Amino acid sequence: MAIDTIPLWEVFIRSRNGLAHKHVGSLHATDVTLALQAARDLYTRRGEGLSIWVVPSNAITASDPADKEMMFEPTASKIYRHPTFYEVPEDVGHM
Amino acid sequence: MPAGSITVAETPLVRFLLRRADDALILGHRLSEWCGHAPMMEEDMALANMGLDLIGQARSLYTYAGEAEAQGHGEDDFAYLRDVRGYGNLLLVEQPNGDFACTMVRQLLYSAFIDPYWRALATSPDATLAAIAAKAEKESAYHVRHSAEWVIRLGDGTPESHRRAQDALDGLWAFTGEMFETDDSERHLIAAGVVPDPARFEAPWRAMVADIVAQATLRLPQGGWMQKGGRAGRHSEHLGHLLSDLQYMQRAFPGASW
Repeated sequence: MAIDTIPLWEVFIRSRNGLAHKHVGSLHATDVTLALQAARDLYTRRGEGLSIWVVPSNAITASDPADKEMMFEPTASKIYRHPTFYEVPEDVGHM
Repeated sequence: MPAGSITVAETPLVRFLLRRADDALILGHRLSEWCGHAPMMEEDMALANMGLDLIGQARSLYTYAGEAEAQGHGEDDFAYLRDVRGYGNLLLVEQPNGDFACTMVRQLLYSAFIDPYWRALATSPDATLAAIAAKAEKESAYHVRHSAEWVIRLGDGTPESHRRAQDALDGLWAFTGEMFETDDSERHLIAAGVVPDPARFEAPWRAMVADIVAQATLRLPQGGWMQKGGRAGRHSEHLGHLLSDLQYMQRAFPGASW
């Protein structure tokens, strides 16, 4: 099977308990079982993870780079959304 | 014997360790031959990973063999300074890679035997042996899963992949009987309760392989004559070529390191 006809998968790894799965890359595999195995072989060789998700790349809906200004620029002026104006009591510690 | 080869002071335990280590080293070396040549990058990594698992197992077993032998030999001496007749690996693992189907079928036939074998050996009263087996079992469990999934897909794939997988199974079948054989040396350890009898793994192995072969829509070879001799150092012509590649540097430049 030519490589360009094998489906593409996105790989997400959770490195520790309590953390979220994080996108680490992609790979080619014919089906979900082999995709999971390939993800293990490609992306967890140095103890990177405790859990793997693989998702067909074509299942992801992405924002359009052309919409960048409309989508993301309006937030730049909304500095009041950052919680930096509150006084955090000493006892609270890290937030 | 070529100049520079070592003479091993064999005891049943040393012989046992060297045989199991040789299985792992030779199969690991075979898988390393795929590096840069696999059908796709994902599988290149998978084959190299499995090869590294096996070479790691060989290193642990050789090191323990050196301790048990107490002649000052280390893992490198056993790997690089023994000739073909000194190697006690199964004939199955020295067979050439052939095509991808052949490599995967060979991996399945071996891994489906060695995984439950390691699991049993992990309860050995010999603590070092038990620890090596426990670590190896986690690796071989993945080798079973990976090779089985591929054999199923190749067998139940295209007419071409089916034919190649069936050819591989038919061609390698005669080398499987040796996995369940023992000799007087190993029976000594079995009687002492140090290692399990490989014969008891034959029926479950056959059932497992038959199940995967059925899923793969392949035909399980029936009975037939079994080729033996690897454990006694009588190898196919392939091992000499493999060792000339594996040992070249140490034979040409004894003691070289970097």
